[in-house]
Amino acid sequence: MIFGVVLAGGIGSRMGNVEKPKQFLTLGDKPILVHTLEKFVINSQFEKVIVLTPSQWINHTKNIIKKSLKNTERIVVIEGGSTRNETIMNSIRYIEKEYGLDDDTIIVTHDSVRPFLTHRIIEDNIAAAIEYGACDTVIPATDTIVESADNTIISNIPDRSKMYQGQTPQSFRAKKLKDLYETLTDAEKDILTDACKIFVIKGEKVKLVMGEVFNIKITYPYDLRVAETLIESDGK
Amino acid sequence: MLNTVYRLVAPRRFEVAFKDIDLNGEDVVVRPTHLSICHADQRYYQGSRPQEVLDKKLPMALIHEGIGEVVYDALGEFKPGELVVMIPNTPVEKDDIIGENYLRSSKFRASGFDGFMQDNVALDRDRIVRLPQDIDRTVAAFTEIVSVSVQALNRFARFTHARKNVVGVWGDGNLGYITSLFFHYMFPDTKLLIFGTDREKLSTFSFADETYLVWDVPEGVAVDHAIECVGSEPSQKAISQIIDLINPEGTISLLGVSEYPIPINTRMVLEKGLHLYGSSRSSRADFEKTVELYEKHPEIIGYLSNIVGAVVEVESIKDMTKAFELDIHKSMGKTIMVWNK
Repeated sequence: MIFGVVLAGGIGSRMGNVEKPKQFLTLGDKPILVHTLEKFVINSQFEKVIVLTPSQWINHTKNIIKKSLKNTERIVVIEGGSTRNETIMNSIRYIEKEYGLDDDTIIVTHDSVRPFLTHRIIEDNIAAAIEYGACDTVIPATDTIVESADNTIISNIPDRSKMYQGQTPQSFRAKKLKDLYETLTDAEKDILTDACKIFVIKGEKVKLVMGEVFNIKITYPYDLRVAETLIESDGK
Repeated sequence: MLNTVYRLVAPRRFEVAFKDIDLNGEDVVVRPTHLSICHADQRYYQGSRPQEVLDKKLPMALIHEGIGEVVYDALGEFKPGELVVMIPNTPVEKDDIIGENYLRSSKFRASGFDGFMQDNVALDRDRIVRLPQDIDRTVAAFTEIVSVSVQALNRFARFTHARKNVVGVWGDGNLGYITSLFFHYMFPDTKLLIFGTDREKLSTFSFADETYLVWDVPEGVAVDHAIECVGSEPSQKAISQIIDLINPEGTISLLGVSEYPIPINTRMVLEKGLHLYGSSRSSRADFEKTVELYEKHPEIIGYLSNIVGAVVEVESIKDMTKAFELDIHKSMGKTIMVWNK
């Protein structure tokens, strides 16, 4: 079984003075989260689409979904965790409880604030997760990446042709992710903010899936302006 | 839903735009799987339409020939995964006399509004027709142009007099091939003659009774009715030859599109009492009839697969350009884009 896991756990601290978490801000005439969810809802491969959100926002999330979408029976809203990985683990716990977990359980995890996701990216994620066990959506880096070990002096400038920028979705065989996560120490869990990295440090393969330049994450007020412009560019 | 649309913004340049699809409405959302390039798309792509037309119509998503799988239907009439052909003609009113494809108010995909080069296409539920799930998709991709032939042949049945012993089709390109093939199945008792300019292309019309090079037609060849599938400037010569070879009171069906006015020898039209009529585009009924013929005569699919030219996997805007450029350089056949974008 394949599950969509939409991560709406962020509290929007980078978004300036807005009161609401960024996934609830309006883009066009709908909350960003709803735009994102729609991409999952129309894909019939998903058994359920699980939305994870901070506990105080669960009712609000349920309300806006009910108001914005007609067919909501495949959407469930549950509480996220204290970190990104804990939030993903909550989704896996939910799946395990409701459906059981086996080697063929796939989760497609996605930032709720990336509403420009495409059908092809979702399909490629599902295919890559089935074949490789894990995948990450990326685009080739356009800027040179500079590394600084002490945040003052450059320690390394990696070859740009081998650098990619991570987007989402990130997709996994859920059982394998859970098994690997459970082998981590608390200290490791603190450092590993990215689920793909868990696979990488455990020596497991993570396949690259090509994203899109426009699959942007709406993090800063500037991003919201860009997103608004992308929609407004529609002349017809 | 924020849908990604791949629009031609200027000749040879595609760009991304986003358009909202209302999932709570009654439209059916279809994911394109196979798209087919038409001459009309090429005229926009190469910028060969008059500048004022380009200024008015672009940016616009191209392609009006295509099939796809249903991904979402809020009303549940169509199930996810069902294979459908998408109808580009989109009427906004109903008329008891005038066909939907001739109503001046009707809109047409990739002409008046966005065509099928989109992540998902939202269509009114009467703008899709179910296809057999196991059909050859590279052939089914150009069902629209087939339905244009079927529309013309239905009109042929309506407008011609009873004597249909010999009929000639002028044009050995894709439209000529498809129209001739369907003529052969819809009018099996009529002797079918093909007139073209390319010996190789004419040799693919193996189902026809005779094929002729237009400069080498034997003395005494005559037709009761004619169908013109040439288009552009050469259609002048074709129509002129038709008027020479056609029997009195015959009909001439005009299908070839031209950017320029085509002079016609009206004196002989009058003397022979000829009947000229045009056909353009197609209606839902033509799509249904086409799918019915696919099912009734499965060998048609085999014949149509002879004109599948390049099949291009499209995963990026670069691939879209590649498909259109390949299509320019082919001599015959349809270029199909396998839509993985």
